[in-house]
Amino acid sequence: MKFGILVNEGPFTHQASDSAYRFAVAALARGHEIYRVFFYNDGVYNSNRLSEPQTDDRNLVALWSKLGTEHGIDLVVCIAAALRRGIKDEVLKEGFRISGLGQLVEAGIQADRLVVFGD
Amino acid sequence: MMEEWKESGPEVVKRFMYVNRRAPYGTIYALECLEVVLVAAAFDQDVSVVFMDDGVCQLKKNQDTTGIGIKNFSKTYGALDDYDVEKIYVEKESLDARGLTADDLVIPVEVVAADDLREIMAQQDVVISS
Repeated sequence: MKFGILVNEGPFTHQASDSAYRFAVAALARGHEIYRVFFYNDGVYNSNRLSEPQTDDRNLVALWSKLGTEHGIDLVVCIAAALRRGIKDEVLKEGFRISGLGQLVEAGIQADRLVVFGD
Repeated sequence: MMEEWKESGPEVVKRFMYVNRRAPYGTIYALECLEVVLVAAAFDQDVSVVFMDDGVCQLKKNQDTTGIGIKNFSKTYGALDDYDVEKIYVEKESLDARGLTADDLVIPVEVVAADDLREIMAQQDVVISS
């Protein structure tokens, strides 16, 4: 199956991004395709390469980046949500790109299922 | 990419439903969901918007946010009609629980009972809730 994933929370206050990441890993392991992961609301913080969690904690920014680059998954950060939170190209972790909300709608159209992870 | 897709024409029309369940202020979900809906309306898809739980308060008339210093965006819901978003459902039970009726809302809506809303939701291809 071809999945789209929407992540609406940042990497720390809520578990949504962890759950989305684990869902993506499990889906890929089962042979499914991830068409795109779209980051919205505070979810845009998952792309901030300046984030430095403590070393004994998981680093979701790095995990998403690695998953995206290794599997060629399109990691899209919403530009409107990103700009008001100070997320710009200069702080973007490798593997992410900034684009418009149309990319979310398009993911909904192209994917067999769009799975939403939020609070 | 969006432009390429639009030029080639939509192959499929899917039913997209956006579900608002939170109060208009206190968190950003209501505002950012409205921003999604206004963009989504530009795609030739079947779009509907639901207001339920505290989300019904997003449509309350006479909002005044001067005391909290946050922009009152309730007038923007009036633009949904300009964008041809015509399927706007409000859950009856949520209105009743808050002492509201359709007359208290800034735009015309279709008030539906929870049972009927459940059926409408089940017919959707994509449900985005916030």
